[in-house]
Amino acid sequence: MKKYFCIILSICAGLLQAQNLLIKNGYVMTITQGNKENMDILVTNGKISLIQNNIPSPQGYTVIDATGKYVIPGIIDAHSHIALEVVNEATNPVTAEVNVGDALDPLDVAIYRALAGGVTISHAMHGSANVIGGQCETIKHRYGAVNPDELRMQGAPRTIKFALGENPIRTHGEGNRITPSTRMGVEQVFRDAFTGAQIYQKDWDDYKKGLRKTSPEYSLRNETLVDILKGNILVHCHSYRADEILMLMKVLKDYGVSKICFQHVNEGFKVAPELAAFGASASVFADWWAYKFEVYYSTAYNASILTRNGVVTSINSDSEELIRHLYHEAAKTQRYGDLSDDEALALITINPAKQLGIDHRVGSLEVGKDADIAIFSEHPLSVYTIPQVTIVDGQVRFDIKNDPDDMRMDINPTEKFSSFYETEKDHESSGCLKGVAEMLMEDNYTRYMRFKYSQNHSHE
Amino acid sequence: MNTTNNFLIAAFLITVVHIPASTNAQQVQKAENGVYLLTNATLHTITHGTYVGHILLRDGKIADISKNSITEASAKVIDCTNKHIYPGMIDSGSKLGLVEIDAVSVTNDFSELGDFIPHMKALTAVNPNAVAIPVTRVNGVTTVFVKPEGSIFSGTGAMIDLFGYTPEQMSCGSERLVMRFPSTGRRGRFDRRSEDDIKKDAEKSLKNINEIWESALSYARIDSAAKAENQKWITNNPQMEALKPVVYGTQPLFIEVNAKADIESALQWISEKKIKAVLMGVAEGWRVADKIVKAKIPVITGPVLSTPRRDNDRFDAPYSNAGKMAKAGIKVALRTDGAENTRNLPFNAAFAATYGMGKDEALKAITIYPAEIFGIADKYGSLDKGKTANLFVATGDPFEMKTKIEKLFIRGWDIPLESRQTLLNDEFLNRTPGIK
Repeated sequence: MKKYFCIILSICAGLLQAQNLLIKNGYVMTITQGNKENMDILVTNGKISLIQNNIPSPQGYTVIDATGKYVIPGIIDAHSHIALEVVNEATNPVTAEVNVGDALDPLDVAIYRALAGGVTISHAMHGSANVIGGQCETIKHRYGAVNPDELRMQGAPRTIKFALGENPIRTHGEGNRITPSTRMGVEQVFRDAFTGAQIYQKDWDDYKKGLRKTSPEYSLRNETLVDILKGNILVHCHSYRADEILMLMKVLKDYGVSKICFQHVNEGFKVAPELAAFGASASVFADWWAYKFEVYYSTAYNASILTRNGVVTSINSDSEELIRHLYHEAAKTQRYGDLSDDEALALITINPAKQLGIDHRVGSLEVGKDADIAIFSEHPLSVYTIPQVTIVDGQVRFDIKNDPDDMRMDINPTEKFSSFYETEKDHESSGCLKGVAEMLMEDNYTRYMRFKYSQNHSHE
Repeated sequence: MNTTNNFLIAAFLITVVHIPASTNAQQVQKAENGVYLLTNATLHTITHGTYVGHILLRDGKIADISKNSITEASAKVIDCTNKHIYPGMIDSGSKLGLVEIDAVSVTNDFSELGDFIPHMKALTAVNPNAVAIPVTRVNGVTTVFVKPEGSIFSGTGAMIDLFGYTPEQMSCGSERLVMRFPSTGRRGRFDRRSEDDIKKDAEKSLKNINEIWESALSYARIDSAAKAENQKWITNNPQMEALKPVVYGTQPLFIEVNAKADIESALQWISEKKIKAVLMGVAEGWRVADKIVKAKIPVITGPVLSTPRRDNDRFDAPYSNAGKMAKAGIKVALRTDGAENTRNLPFNAAFAATYGMGKDEALKAITIYPAEIFGIADKYGSLDKGKTANLFVATGDPFEMKTKIEKLFIRGWDIPLESRQTLLNDEFLNRTPGIK
């Protein structure tokens, strides 16, 4: 225990101290302003203050030698569930009032592992059990902080999770025998919720104008839905099939909502011209498919087809595993679709920043932007690259040269050793259907083992 | 009257069938067989170095490979100047072809009921037309060990080539018995057993295995006695029958085991039973590499692209495991342990290479080492004269993301580099009609 305590202290002491940095002599890939050889970056008070050759080292600045290394903006994951205690409020098809920001877990070691893959920001999302799920939180990977509030990216726009297709259908239609049990039902859940919110708003407007004597009942759910209709909350919608994507764009058009980022959107390539015309963006997997029926007709060329059709596209993880090598996932668009280096890197930097409404602050290396920076040993799209240093707001949060093996902050005192997990956490159980997935998505063997152990150990 | 009508209908049908065939040029691309001479390529032979040379494919085999020019009048010559040729990559463990869609249980054929089912044969359930098979092979993966999962004795897995229309056509003739060693790990976050209960469960399971093993030995004794006396012994015990190759020592047992303590128990069990074995999974092999080396047991590990199995492990523990074991002197082959994304085998190997294994050893881990481990090195795993013509032509290093695979041969067949995923790209990249 004592040892672990020391580790925690060293993280806090070493990393939380404010740092002014000079990153020397790197190959700087700005994303928005081209690549620059032998370039220095000056970081002052958490912001990029200068990008120039041969910046003389100011007093009190820590120098990071990036000679022969590649410097890129911190990677942004537009779809993740790390740093969350819970993911799904799977009790109703509409739960707009809940917010995963109330369940942040700054002690999750997955944050550190993401940093070790150059990822500085993730979009901690509600799950996909509900048609209109909870609100999400854009977090900075300030691993070492113990206060959940310190993870929040202050000033980032509010976002909310919607979900189409199998997950809400299985959770509510099959699970609870309530609408939706089809994609027809999904559409009507939206229309019902939005129309209800319009009536709610009118009732309040009437009350404020004195046209109504008693105030309507306050509803946080409706307040949130009204904010969506006013465009104050960015919509991120779990989706797969072309038909349901078209459906949601039609519904949003009818209610005057213009900003939408489709998540997963495995069949986005089929309706890329429609997505581009609507101004919708897309956040996709590089190559995941066939784990369920609605992703059977997928192609790893999805990201490149969307990009070529003018859709702002990002590559996300939705997984504790993939988040550690998003640079590799982005590079897959060069195997499947010939995207240029700039286009491929945009998929994990400036494009997800646009989708989260934070591109004026992060997503590229520009003077004035937040000093979220990742340094790689080789070209970040090479399969042989190794992340070296990851910086969040000018703080070094990962440095491979000073990287203890055990980086846990959350230690179970009853365990002699940290548990060994036999089966790897698979896609849906660590991602969108966390909590619900264990009932819906598990494979035969897991189902069998769960049955066996729940029988043997029912007293627990 | 009837005959005339039938004739007219037949004539009409023929016409109908013929018109689209002759006017619509688009046809299904089929694999072609022939004699092929690939010239001036950089040949990554694996077993005898890398050099610029020529390679002749005939009757499904590498008929010749040489630095000097090869002449063969009947051959179709393919100039491979500035291209690289590698032997087909081999995945040492996957469910490819045994599952079509993971969440649709009726398409899952890798996990039968029961704890003691060594007679289940994965080869029986391989779907030669699984959509994921072409998706996999266009990345240069030509050969895969497809294996059953679950229970203790799960059945036999089979090494298959990713081309053919029946499981028998695809089979490489290497079927191997797969066993899951009792685990002291947790099955997932839902597994809330106490440490004592976990230990008890594992001990109970091992006791069960030992009882099965005693029966298997008795069965083998009776069987060999009957054989010695030339007696016909008819019995309905397919389980015991299936264990015979391992009991007799003609084949190794492929044992799935991952946690450190379990690997140690497995090594002890193997030495007690005096059997040949291969360890699979071996997620914590790096913690006990010295013991595995001492036992001279080869290892199949992966996926490399996976999360650390303990919260206190280094972030790169799964990346560096293969390299650490290889450096300790263990023969390490790699697997994806996946299904639809078995195509990521080269990238798993690349991560292992990057995190300590080195490119050469990582390449061997998906070519010659699996061939050796599965007893098919006389036919697979390298570019050598007489071996099966499983190879691909690439623009460069097949681990690198920008590299393109330009030609693929499986058993000498020229395989179209086409899958449903490439066809969807062809159709939708510039969709017509577009928005209107």
